[in-house]
Amino acid sequence: MNFEFSDDQKQLRDQARRYLAEHSPPKAVRAVLEGKAPYDKALWKGLAEMGFLGVAIPEEFGGAGAGHLELCVIAEEMGRALAPVPFSSTIYLAAEAIMLAGSSAQKEKWLPKIASGEAIGTLALFEGVGNPSHRAIKVSASQGAVSGTKMPVADGAIADFAIVAARTGSTGRDADIGLFIVDLNGAGVTRKALANLDQAHGQAEITFDRAKAESLGAASDGWNILTRVLDRAAVLMAFEQVGGADRALEMGRDYALDRVAFGRPIGSFQAVKHLLADMYVSATLARSNCYYGAWALSTDAGELPEAAATARISATQAFQHCAKNNIQVHGGMGFTWEFDCHLYYRRANVLALSLGSPTYWENQLIDRMRFRNAV
Amino acid sequence: MNFDDTPQEAAFRAEARAWIQANAPKELEAELSQPTVGRIKLKNRDILEESKKWQKKKAAAGWACLHWPKEFGGRGATPIERVIWQQEEGFYGKLEGVFLIGQGMCGPTMMAYGNEADKKKHLPPLAAGEHVWCQLFSEPSAGSDVAGLRTRAEKNGDDWIINGQKVWTTGAHFSDYGIVITRTDPTQPKHKGLTMFWLDMKSPGVVVKPIKQANGQSEFNEVYFTDVKIPDSQRLGKVGDGWNVSLTTLMNERMSIGARQSTGFPELFAFCSDLMLEDGPAIDDKNVRSKLANWAVKASGLKYTSYRSISALSRGDRPGPENSIGKLVAGTMLQDIATFAMDLQGASGALTDADSPSVAGQFQSILLRSPSDRIAGGTDEILRNIIAERVLGLPGDIRVDKDVPFNAIPTKGR
Repeated sequence: MNFEFSDDQKQLRDQARRYLAEHSPPKAVRAVLEGKAPYDKALWKGLAEMGFLGVAIPEEFGGAGAGHLELCVIAEEMGRALAPVPFSSTIYLAAEAIMLAGSSAQKEKWLPKIASGEAIGTLALFEGVGNPSHRAIKVSASQGAVSGTKMPVADGAIADFAIVAARTGSTGRDADIGLFIVDLNGAGVTRKALANLDQAHGQAEITFDRAKAESLGAASDGWNILTRVLDRAAVLMAFEQVGGADRALEMGRDYALDRVAFGRPIGSFQAVKHLLADMYVSATLARSNCYYGAWALSTDAGELPEAAATARISATQAFQHCAKNNIQVHGGMGFTWEFDCHLYYRRANVLALSLGSPTYWENQLIDRMRFRNAV
Repeated sequence: MNFDDTPQEAAFRAEARAWIQANAPKELEAELSQPTVGRIKLKNRDILEESKKWQKKKAAAGWACLHWPKEFGGRGATPIERVIWQQEEGFYGKLEGVFLIGQGMCGPTMMAYGNEADKKKHLPPLAAGEHVWCQLFSEPSAGSDVAGLRTRAEKNGDDWIINGQKVWTTGAHFSDYGIVITRTDPTQPKHKGLTMFWLDMKSPGVVVKPIKQANGQSEFNEVYFTDVKIPDSQRLGKVGDGWNVSLTTLMNERMSIGARQSTGFPELFAFCSDLMLEDGPAIDDKNVRSKLANWAVKASGLKYTSYRSISALSRGDRPGPENSIGKLVAGTMLQDIATFAMDLQGASGALTDADSPSVAGQFQSILLRSPSDRIAGGTDEILRNIIAERVLGLPGDIRVDKDVPFNAIPTKGR
């Protein structure tokens, strides 16, 4: 059994960690959070040059062709550094959708631009309050164009293109939903940036008015493709969450070692130690579940749907738990704008809601476990 | 990343599987394959007798105490081979329960500190299950703070005379031998005046009394020592070095990995899949689904955490600290899952009558037993301390009794 990343993959992790420590320090995160730029363009360019954007994109489409385990490694480091770039939207969602369902022409058109950092992509799925559901989709597609409003769309204000889930029929079944690639810089697209909990990563409302749209995959297969894309993204996002959870745990531990109260480091009090021990427990459970997800993703195993939901729930819990209790360990200082604790708290709670909220994934997991038992 | 065996591991697995297939006590299969939480019982047979039979058969064929050296009755196997054996032995491994403390803790301590003659005489029968050993550490005034123990050993010529009381001694009522930690110098600070011995449990002056537990069962014992005479040759380690010797014992236990923690989750999932509530199947209920999902990811997290440790063993590395979370997570899960399963049964959840149609029975017994899972072998609080100090590197507690002579430490709260 080898349930661990390889030495090469660990080297890649070290390399990514060093790079991001230098190029995505908290100062860079704050610059975007405070509205000085919509995202960190220099970092995005740098990530492309390092080959991180195209790590799982095949060489024939301009990527490094390394694979999804390597992408998991990078995702974890992006989460740890809170990198203020549209990585998850572009790589986990848009690139994965195109790799999974795109025609050769679509792959040739978009994947090299993604790997080189020229094109930012996203997924336009949600239409207001609610979790992923084919019944909730009202944006419609006909005659090569889409119309209607999507919101929130992660990185929607800066994306060059979106994978849009749109209604093509009205039978009430998921076959009514198709996926479409839409150039967001083209005619018939208006966008409005939306304020959100974590301004280091923007959200937008996008209105399509007969915007030109190209089918991605078979028209009736959209929801099926989308489900598979969300599963793949769930594993990758879970690594990002585990990276964030680990960093929040480290911050809490370090502060508990340095901060003295009542004449001793606060980390010597059991009340504080037990808080941190519980953070370690949830981060460890999540990491182990993520490894299972990584295995399923990289081998395209039949277990992927269950493994993805498991990793997603576990990592969501771990990041929220660690980010919240990191503030608690810091006491009053943890509640200042100056300390970085809130950056992780914001990120943890926004990531918990992207791709569908915890309730959604809990339901998915139980459905999938029942399905496996029935088989 | 893969779950595959190396060629050597695959060969070992095939050999183990074939031997188990040909030799396992199939007549016990139906009973042993049922889920069990806590001490296993057989309906018409004596578990101790069946355990000894299976262990003897394994020993004769070289499958007992795999990681021990051959000269002491083991196989000299690698840690990963031991894990593979445990996976293949599966539910028949439940028959090893009575030997776990002897083979996992007492044996390695004897190996490290016993004299050569005693090792040759006593280790092979321990490996073969002919003798059962127990570990006499905890005392009424020394639980989590085990170094606060008060059982005295006083030198008398070439012998030691032991007086005092141990408690929570697993299996003492059917053990042949034991290792016992005693206080030999109460004028030293508490960790420094301790000494370890091994003894015959039939020695005059040893009295074993089963403890009736809160759940009505008896798995643990009180053991009283009244002027029990032990020759100095049965001392393990130096006089005054008992604390370090006991750490060897406990470290050995931390290295055993393959044993999976029961969480109660598979049982709960099966229960909820079959149970009908007034408005439909329990598994369609939103609240039930949310609870199940939260426990599912914990159970899965524990499983894959142990896989990470097994991977380290497979590479020939020592497992990391991640395995320290198992009991902490599983203990609380068992208790919470039992409570929830009974909640779903309404007032009938209180029934323990085996003939009641609506009662699954197992959750009620898990409920009553689970407090001990959060205490025995390190309380939840001690486990959190261990994670905080040894894994996260936080400072140890301030110990006000650390440098004080043992006999000057206060013994009453108020």
